[in-house]
Amino acid sequence: MDRDGPKHDVANHQVVGGCRMCLAIPGKIVEISSDNPDSALVDVVGVRRRIDLGLLQDDKPAPGEWVLIHVGFAMSKISEQDAADQMSTLRMLGEIDGAMQEVKGYGLDDVN
Amino acid sequence: MRFVDEFREPELISKTAEEIRRLAGTERHYRMMEVCGGHTHAIYRFGLKDILPENIELIHGPGCPVCVLPMGRIDDGLAIAQEPDVIFAAFGDMMRVPGTQGSPLEHKARGIDVRIVYSPSDALKLARLNPDRHVMFFAIGFETTAPSTALTMMRAKAEGIRNFSVFCNHVTIIPAIRAILDSPDMRLDAFIGPGHVSTVIGCRPYEWIAHNERKPIVVSGFEPLDMLQSIVMLLRQLKAGEARVENQYKRVVPWEGNRAALKAMAQVFQLRPYFEWRGLGFISQSALRINDQYAEFDAEQRFEVPGIRVTDPKAAQCGEVLKGVLKPHQCKLFGRECTPEHPIGALMVSTEGSCAAYYNYEHRKAAMVSLSSIA
Repeated sequence: MDRDGPKHDVANHQVVGGCRMCLAIPGKIVEISSDNPDSALVDVVGVRRRIDLGLLQDDKPAPGEWVLIHVGFAMSKISEQDAADQMSTLRMLGEIDGAMQEVKGYGLDDVN
Repeated sequence: MRFVDEFREPELISKTAEEIRRLAGTERHYRMMEVCGGHTHAIYRFGLKDILPENIELIHGPGCPVCVLPMGRIDDGLAIAQEPDVIFAAFGDMMRVPGTQGSPLEHKARGIDVRIVYSPSDALKLARLNPDRHVMFFAIGFETTAPSTALTMMRAKAEGIRNFSVFCNHVTIIPAIRAILDSPDMRLDAFIGPGHVSTVIGCRPYEWIAHNERKPIVVSGFEPLDMLQSIVMLLRQLKAGEARVENQYKRVVPWEGNRAALKAMAQVFQLRPYFEWRGLGFISQSALRINDQYAEFDAEQRFEVPGIRVTDPKAAQCGEVLKGVLKPHQCKLFGRECTPEHPIGALMVSTEGSCAAYYNYEHRKAAMVSLSSIA
């Protein structure tokens, strides 16, 4: 099926937002779930959320270690210094609010 | 240099900028493409152009997944959303992106069940919470998000969940770079490689760019100093007549990537023969589809998909901007018909798109300057 593309008079008044799925958010592993080794509680500047560790199977992070989180999944282990640097980058990019909103959104239920 | 003082390590930044000026000299022009939309956003946000000498031109690449998604795919996904009992789940980034019949958010206002999720695992959770409904996750992104979609589907299969599917729009970055390099009007000298995609795929997949195309590529972090250092590394290679893959972002990107993530992708996805990219057209083997072992979780197999194709207006010159032939403001529609409020072309759709980034920072800055000069 073919449709015409947007006309010049398309009514779309909202400014389209940034790309939060591309943000890498640093978090500190607080605890690994006792009944699911792929589920961990992380702390992102005071906000605690559950994330998935399944993509770090070859090199599982332990409580106290830091990870970069993409869309609710830990994607790489990083140092505490890199975590602090990444937070300051997000701040400079004006993405802190977006990142925190993103983190708060992980999981449909609260874990606090 | 007015932004420099706000950055970490301002002295190191000044020194690196000085080194760039020394290396760049004045004899020739250098065109470097930053592939990743996150880098594009950072370059404008940090005002890096004010730091760089004029003969270094940064071309903004195709690495914004929202921008390159054809409008027809949004129409197709929203067509499925209108089936009875379907919940349409997508990242917040997608909510305001226009289809021909409106954005997901506008569909929600019309009574379609559209939900924002922050993670594919939240979409799966929605399916668990709504056993009498069907949750379709509208998946989008490069290799940064594709492994998470894959692992979520593996979890759904292991749990025997029946009311969950994925409308897969995942794309891969390498074929897009190849398409840009293959185009006859290509004028690039070097690449700033994507940071977070590379945490997954590693640095090896870029080797052909260096070996076959003789273009240096440096995988880079996102801080101002990261990007300036990457430019130094590229200039050193170019000056020496070398073409290698280098990793400036070693603290996060392992050379081999993330094997578990690659394994999850291989388990669930296979390459599509071709896929359309807004601004670049059809590119062979550039996107992922769900393989037969996971067919029950493939929304394109479970539902009737209209297969809508939407052609961008001919006047929109997104392809030329993507290849660095035109700067965003040189497109005939830029800032007139095509604005972030009324995006017509792909690159105006998300703030990480090069035209939207240019518009938000440069265009508005220029408008402020001309206003203040009147006052």
